[in-house]
Amino acid sequence: MLALQILIDGFAISALYGLAAVGFTMIFGVSGVLNLAHGGIMLVAALIGWFVASSFDTGPFLGAAVGILAGLGMAYLTYFVVVRPIQRSRILPAAEHEIFILTGTLLWGIMIQVLMNYLFTDNPVTMRPMFPGVVYLLGVRTPRNEIMIAAICWAVIGLLWLLVNRTRAGKQLLAASINPRGLTLLGFELSSIYLLVWTIYGLLAGLAGVLLASFLGVGSANAGQLTASAFSIVVLGGLGSVSGSLVAAYVVGYLETITAYLIAPTLRPIPALLLLVLVVYVRPQGLLGRR
Amino acid sequence: MALLTGSRGLWIAALVIAIGASGPWWLSVYILGVLTSAYYFGVFAMSWDLLFGFAGEVNFGPTFLIGLGAYGAAILNSTMGFAIPICLVFGVVVALVGGVLLALPALRLHGPYFGLVTLVAVLLLQNAIVIFAHITGGEIGMTVPDVLSISANVNYWYAFGFMVVSAIILFGLSRSAIGLILQASGQDAIEAAALGFNVTKHKLAAFCVSAVFSGLAGGMLVFYLGAASVDTVVDLSIAVQIIIAAVLGGRRTILGAALGAIFLLLADEALRPLGQLNTFVVSAVALAVILFFPDGMLGYLLHGREE
Repeated sequence: MLALQILIDGFAISALYGLAAVGFTMIFGVSGVLNLAHGGIMLVAALIGWFVASSFDTGPFLGAAVGILAGLGMAYLTYFVVVRPIQRSRILPAAEHEIFILTGTLLWGIMIQVLMNYLFTDNPVTMRPMFPGVVYLLGVRTPRNEIMIAAICWAVIGLLWLLVNRTRAGKQLLAASINPRGLTLLGFELSSIYLLVWTIYGLLAGLAGVLLASFLGVGSANAGQLTASAFSIVVLGGLGSVSGSLVAAYVVGYLETITAYLIAPTLRPIPALLLLVLVVYVRPQGLLGRR
Repeated sequence: MALLTGSRGLWIAALVIAIGASGPWWLSVYILGVLTSAYYFGVFAMSWDLLFGFAGEVNFGPTFLIGLGAYGAAILNSTMGFAIPICLVFGVVVALVGGVLLALPALRLHGPYFGLVTLVAVLLLQNAIVIFAHITGGEIGMTVPDVLSISANVNYWYAFGFMVVSAIILFGLSRSAIGLILQASGQDAIEAAALGFNVTKHKLAAFCVSAVFSGLAGGMLVFYLGAASVDTVVDLSIAVQIIIAAVLGGRRTILGAALGAIFLLLADEALRPLGQLNTFVVSAVALAVILFFPDGMLGYLLHGREE
């Protein structure tokens, strides 16, 4: 019984982790950017979605849609205000761009977090479930919302797979992550590809933020933790590898759920962190990484 | 860089030290208190700069070393009741051991991987403090029975003296052969190794030096505040402030990091009327500096003079 419960809960939370991490790893794969404002962007989507849904009485779906758009807007802002200026900077030596993007997005993430804290206080908010009610899944009492969230996550990940592997734009993304110089030589504009990947990222992060708010609840104090967990999952899976991130999301999700259920909820993040240190030490390229 | 060496630099340094040391005669007790914390922050930022600016590694976990030093000293003082200097030495040893333990996996890694491992180290320390709450006081923190001094002036001089001595040692180190080798290995590790320098050994040394100063400053801050808590010495937001301070002041200058830390804490006080938004403004300023003056305040000043 407990095992089944862990299996179901872990599955849902891991699907959400995976969705949140996929966009993060795609940006790294395509443009080499590690966006440390990731948690902040999820936070914006979650809080604005919650705000719209609860104060205008629009129902959870419209709220979620507005939240996702807010996440997309924030992702664009991040790209145009912080990332692109650093990438194009002439004052900075090219070798230091990576370090400056890390520091710049870190600062940007803090600005977002503080602003959200100012606007919405730091009380965690929970969106009304999009799919109310409970069902008995193999005898385990499970909220219908939880099942639907896992389903949405996998549907979106499936769509993403189709987009990347079956469409022209997706193939350009794939090519950019393999050899950006080759792609520019073939006459493709890298900047439009970057814009595309940031659009996908914004939608994914926004959706993940909204779903998180509806599943576990989000507060402005969580932003750092959200970034750190996406960062860990992505490194664990191998930077830039989408399938690696998904595997890692499940490893981390189940480790956390098992710890929370069987040992103590307070120790929840620790085994995953230790595993991360171990993996990075033994196999720095991550589980399915290329480098 | 000519501004900082040579006889003119010495005169400027002497003047700054004299003005700083005379602070208690012309500053209010309130400002003295702010500056005292700022000076310890200055040491945090300088030891971070040695690792980041020179060794070229993004260390997101300066508070791992600081927290080890702070909690090491605080626990020895509150459980065994040893005198402050012994506790400080113990704190430094703890930070040093932690630094080496962290460096062993971290030195095999670069860029984002290194950053992540240091980040994880802080999260693990934070969790450990909460788990062993019966010794560490958990999230609330712990008070220490001894304090450095109850006089604001004496505390100020301790902090100022400590910062000046640390600045001289760290700056000297950064200008020495070791500093140059570190800088070379930060910019191109393979070439530095090809020239016959032991990159790993030098980076490990930088880690140890950084750990010693971070740990000592963390311990002294605890005995100044009379308490150790996650929020003051371990939390990631402290790490972020240290990073902002060092980048704002100017990377690879060591002294700039201290300048940035003092500026940051004073600005934070000056913007206090803004309430919660002061962090927003400070971060925005730091972001603007990164985008438009990536060399930071001191770097901009020095480069401006040289051209």
